[in-house]
Amino acid sequence: MAIWVDNDTRLVVQGITGSEGQFHALGCRDYGTNVVAGVTPGKGGQSVDGIPVYDSVTEAREATACNASMIFVPPPFAADAIMEAAAAGVELVVCITEGIPVADMLKVRAFLEDNPTRLIGPNCPGIISPGMAKIGIMPGHIHQPGKVGVVSRSGTLTYEAVWQVTNLGLGQSTCIGIGGDPLPGTNFIDTLTAFAEDPATEGVILIGEIGGSAEEEAAAWVKENLAKPVVGFIAGRTAPPGRRMGHAGAIISGGKGTAQAKTEALTAAGITVAESPAEIGVSMARALEK
Amino acid sequence: MKIHEFQAKEILRRFGVATPRGQVVDSAAEAAEVCREMGGRCVVKAQIHAGGRGKGGGVKLAGSPEEAEATAASILGMQLVTPQTGPEGQTVRKVLIEEALNIASELYLSVTLDRATGKPVLMASASGGMDIEEVAAENPEAIVREAIDPQLGMLPFQARSVVKKLGLEGATGRQAAKLISSLTAAYLAIDASLVEINPLLITEEGDVVALDAKMNFDDNALFRHPDIREMRDLAEENPLEVEAGKYDLNYIKLDGEIGCMVNGAGLAMATMDIIKLFGSEPANFLDVGGSASQEAVQNAFRILISDDTVKAVLINIFGGIARTDRIANGVVAALQEMPDVKLPVVVRLEGTNVEQGRKILGEADFDFIVANDMADAAQKVVAAAKGVA
Repeated sequence: MAIWVDNDTRLVVQGITGSEGQFHALGCRDYGTNVVAGVTPGKGGQSVDGIPVYDSVTEAREATACNASMIFVPPPFAADAIMEAAAAGVELVVCITEGIPVADMLKVRAFLEDNPTRLIGPNCPGIISPGMAKIGIMPGHIHQPGKVGVVSRSGTLTYEAVWQVTNLGLGQSTCIGIGGDPLPGTNFIDTLTAFAEDPATEGVILIGEIGGSAEEEAAAWVKENLAKPVVGFIAGRTAPPGRRMGHAGAIISGGKGTAQAKTEALTAAGITVAESPAEIGVSMARALEK
Repeated sequence: MKIHEFQAKEILRRFGVATPRGQVVDSAAEAAEVCREMGGRCVVKAQIHAGGRGKGGGVKLAGSPEEAEATAASILGMQLVTPQTGPEGQTVRKVLIEEALNIASELYLSVTLDRATGKPVLMASASGGMDIEEVAAENPEAIVREAIDPQLGMLPFQARSVVKKLGLEGATGRQAAKLISSLTAAYLAIDASLVEINPLLITEEGDVVALDAKMNFDDNALFRHPDIREMRDLAEENPLEVEAGKYDLNYIKLDGEIGCMVNGAGLAMATMDIIKLFGSEPANFLDVGGSASQEAVQNAFRILISDDTVKAVLINIFGGIARTDRIANGVVAALQEMPDVKLPVVVRLEGTNVEQGRKILGEADFDFIVANDMADAAQKVVAAAKGVA
């Protein structure tokens, strides 16, 4: 078992004819994901290494019954691509694109309010259920099928944690990067809710960072709802206020969103917070032994 | 991106927000002239990007053109230190000369994104001119919050409700409601991440005027606002950060001694944190991007070591899609082109082909300190910076 992505995933790649879209479409297929279609407006009828390309997501869905999308469309057009996929009825949309304006994401939010489509990202590495399928840009080989669910606002820091978990022989059920933007489609609580119900997930690693209050909200939810052990890490203790630390969402503003406040909230909810990023995996192993 | 007060007011006027009459100048003689046009009384305001200018002596009232000239002469060129500039301060290159108004009361207004609800929010308070964060901490119910539907903007009834909660009535109330709508319209139209008026002035005559204005922008949306992008003032930014920006590197100067080069923002922050855990401080945040190409590594390295507070460098790369051996080659090539680098360089590589990567580093002409994991790397770089490696 895993959440949201598995052997039944049928993937369409929006922006498949761009260099990144092509590279990662094939990377996902090499990992074992069933990549059934690509979409680039105006390039319908072409193919990318045997993957048929369509002009629209609706056409791709009619022809291939794709049920998940991965988006590599450039930032000015990415919000439209998300809404196109949702309008076509694609159940899961994973948007890798970094740099989408907040105003565009506000439109996407309003559009998705009455739509059952789940959006992961934008500005995220994607989602992987090891041994089954991956939708995203993460290196598949550092993962291992197993029992730890990982949810994170980061990319390479997630790989770091995943690698530690793999080296300890615990493996992962599903790993999700929810992205570094201020308005993510899927948040910590959505993911934790799914992990709570997933029998394959025995423990959860939650990797947050400065900015916003998503970690605090997740902590409150965990305290009330999640019986499985959770290990947390918050990046950005040494980050100065008012500066955007790479990710659009990683900024301490108005005195809010500090690593300290987040660490305190997680600890108060009974979550083990790893003080060092080198100890995320070990902390999870200890928590699972208890 | 940030802009100056005088630029923010220029934009707000386009949307119908009332501001004091004024003009920006860069010489004391012009300051006197503008003051004369304002009727002989004026306020001289230093134009730097940091807030808290009044506390640092960057905002002064002048009762005559002569006084305006002398005040402008003393402010122009000064290193203005405010709670937001850091101890070295910021050089004042321009001053805004504005008419002096008769103050009856001062309010606070701002529009920003409420990440918790996923909607823009207008915040208002009858206690303006003060540090709004203090008001929020001590007396949160004194802040009026109104959620904004981004498709609809601030609806008239919402603006009226805010005005009433602020205790404003009559013609003043109507002016304030109009200003609230204009401010929101500006926020939405120009892809701002923050517009803030602190203080919003009620004059003795009952007029509502934006006495100060602050505006920050969503960098991701600047592509559709070329006029705003041109308002960027590079003189206000750290030169190393400007240089890094040319190569799409994310670099932020900090106060410590360990130069960091990392791929990915989250891992970069975590690397800074682990340096602190091991007893030192990072000299910078630097994200070279997920792929960490040779060119990116080279430019990053050059920028990193041009900061003379750096005593040792930590390169922490998790090679995901990019293979570690290629990254190692990039790091070696980058350093071979910079033969005068004498700093200790600790490298931690992880991911695809890591054994080959470490071998390349070990065989290179440069004396790298190779680390096995993040904790090992942090320990080694802190020791190296303290000269005990």
